[in-house]
Amino acid sequence: MSGKPKLYYFNGRGRMESIRWLLAAAGVEFEECFLETKDDLTKLQKDGSLMFQQVPMVEIDGMKMVQTRAIANYIATKYNLYGKDLKERALIDMYVEAIIDLNELLMIHIFQPADKKEQHLATIVDKATNRYFPVYEKVLKDHGQGFLVGNQFSRADVQLLETLLMAEECKPDILAKFPLLQSFKARISNIPTIKKFLQPGSQRKPPLQEKDVPKVMKIFH
Amino acid sequence: MAGKPKLYYFDGRGKMESIRWLLAAAGVEFEEEFLETREQYEKLLQDGSLLFQQVPMVEIDGMKMVQTRAILSYIAAKYHLYGKDLKERALIDMYVGGTDDLMGFILIFPFLSAEDKEKQRAFIVEKATSRYFPAYEKVLKDHGQDFLVGKNFSWADVHLLEAILMVEEKKSDVLTGFPQLQAFKARISSIPTIKKFLQPGSQRKPVPDDKYVETVRRVLCAYDDMKAN
Repeated sequence: MSGKPKLYYFNGRGRMESIRWLLAAAGVEFEECFLETKDDLTKLQKDGSLMFQQVPMVEIDGMKMVQTRAIANYIATKYNLYGKDLKERALIDMYVEAIIDLNELLMIHIFQPADKKEQHLATIVDKATNRYFPVYEKVLKDHGQGFLVGNQFSRADVQLLETLLMAEECKPDILAKFPLLQSFKARISNIPTIKKFLQPGSQRKPPLQEKDVPKVMKIFH
Repeated sequence: MAGKPKLYYFDGRGKMESIRWLLAAAGVEFEEEFLETREQYEKLLQDGSLLFQQVPMVEIDGMKMVQTRAILSYIAAKYHLYGKDLKERALIDMYVGGTDDLMGFILIFPFLSAEDKEKQRAFIVEKATSRYFPAYEKVLKDHGQDFLVGKNFSWADVHLLEAILMVEEKKSDVLTGFPQLQAFKARISSIPTIKKFLQPGSQRKPVPDDKYVETVRRVLCAYDDMKAN
């Protein structure tokens, strides 16, 4: 038994990607077990490994944890990425929950039917540039520190960087009007653990391609 | 300024209801400002009270908190309903995640067309009885305590009770076959703060009706149909 956390998911981003980012940011090595077919999922469901019959699931510290937020909360707390007190945690939670909302939109984009894709992209860009990014730009401006919350690197910084990069994959110039987000992106990307995760060969997953969508749908439906 | 937390939302359940439950469970008195008109909502937007332009919003301890999960976590931690250590918190988070998913299916229910409502009702009951209730029945059985996590009342217990009652509103005998959950329901309902909240005249909101749907649509200018799961 290795003691490294072990991630159970399909070989792609989905809901597990934020967890990969968080572990990587914390400098924690982890293993992965990829579900390739529906049988792989069924087997996990049948052996009682999945409390609600769903993945993500992460074996960590003797637990088979499910529920993305629960897993992320545990990792963030364990590795000191959750602020120094209740008030900082409240801010981190507010920022992270909104990022999760934006991530949901980004995540489901590839699964939109062809005739809805363009409109969906417009919705993503609208929400990102009118609702979410202005908030984080203002936080960085008003807070005037290198990080979103307090004086230290936290899960809010990790998850915001993850989302900024995914948004740029949708529209490369999406950060054009947000100079502080641009410098935030550069700064956080340079943190050694993050820099390492951003390099080829890391466990970061590429965006799902159109051609892979049927395979993923087969596992889950 | 200390004072009571103040909740900004529609006069109905929606995403704010879990927050009302948790404050009530903790014995915390709270005030409410109900959004009835578009103008009220636009005023909140204009004065920068809503960080992401959305409600729920709760004024608490000098903060204008938004994002339901953030608000719930803060209240749970502040009022000692979040377990005694990291491992208990992990379990609470897992269990709350499940009940949150289940209640999410019910949240959209009032906004569906009549035809989709029937489909959704069946979907809710199916998921409750085949996925969620068995999981919590097993936790209660294996854990062998009065509460879901550790030896103390927690957010997980409040949230599960809320979910059970909401599913029962869709199918009254849905707990048949789940003896642990039946006993749990009776037990948690008789905790004094919960018992008080379950009585008429409390700040608990009734099952959403057409008037509620109308209000939400009017205030948010959101007239698109929702889709069933």
